[in-house]
Amino acid sequence: MNSSTLVLAFAVFGASAVEMVEALTIVTAAGVTRGWRSAIEGTLAAAAVLTALVIAVGIPLARLVPIDILRVVIGALLLVLGLDWLRKAVLRASGHKALHDEDAIYARTVADLSSRPQGTKASPPPGSTGGNWRHGPRDATGFAVAFKGVFLEGMEVVLIVITLGASSGHLALASCAAGAAAVVVSIIGYLVARQLSEVPENWLKLGVGVMLTSFGVFWVGEGAGVRWPGSDLMILVLVAVFAVTVALLSLGMRKLGPSRAPAAVGSGHSS
Amino acid sequence: MTAVVRALEAFAKFWRDFLIGDAPELFVGTLVFVGAALAFRHRGGVVLVVLPLIVIAFLAGSVLRGRAKS
Repeated sequence: MNSSTLVLAFAVFGASAVEMVEALTIVTAAGVTRGWRSAIEGTLAAAAVLTALVIAVGIPLARLVPIDILRVVIGALLLVLGLDWLRKAVLRASGHKALHDEDAIYARTVADLSSRPQGTKASPPPGSTGGNWRHGPRDATGFAVAFKGVFLEGMEVVLIVITLGASSGHLALASCAAGAAAVVVSIIGYLVARQLSEVPENWLKLGVGVMLTSFGVFWVGEGAGVRWPGSDLMILVLVAVFAVTVALLSLGMRKLGPSRAPAAVGSGHSS
Repeated sequence: MTAVVRALEAFAKFWRDFLIGDAPELFVGTLVFVGAALAFRHRGGVVLVVLPLIVIAFLAGSVLRGRAKS
């Protein structure tokens, strides 16, 4: 396994972990308010659909599309995704955008689900009382919310697995890295029996954004016919360049402060 | 038919949100980047400087635009 393969595995693992933490919040809210059986069944159903998508799209993509075209298109997709993650992460790191708050999202989801008509009583987390969720009653809303949450958060993971995996010829490795992240987050979520609000999501997004952007730049270049010095080692150089860029941007944005000046005291204007 | 149309609309919306979202300048920047990569692919030294600079420029511009909107 060379350095670029390791970076690839870390990028997929990190991206998957971030999305799975967000999905866990929704699944936990659905489980607590609508019943764990439906929440877990919805999660497993979404995971099965996502796995099928990776196999149905990833394998033909890697085999049938000419590699140069694949790298330019997929590299461009990675670049768009990586830059979007970096943009949001820099704005959050510099205080211009609120941090992703899993506790607030959990509270909102619980309030919304609790207000809908229930067929079942709310139940405690499976890890806390050892309750037998498999024999609990089913709830269509709980299933739908868990399925939709895992599916939507998982779609970005699927895109990253397919783009990174197909372009590098490591689809199996990318899939395993994503699966490992899902398992790790699920186990932690089961043990603590609540949403994971302590995970440093913004730091993870900064790191993953740098890696996705670097891979995007590298593969668009490779597909277009650019001869990168050092070949795969250039990915590490790009990671370093973009990491420094993002650090400087975050510091600079923090120093710039908010875009609008606060209203003067006693001026009668409100911002 | 309605279910198929709804599924297609959802699919189109997913890609529009993914590619453009609330930062269309990043999509434009990516297109500029791809064009530059194709145009300069045989000019080794130029490529090493110009390509990363294009990415940095569009990222910085997008962050500044995000600050202005916040």
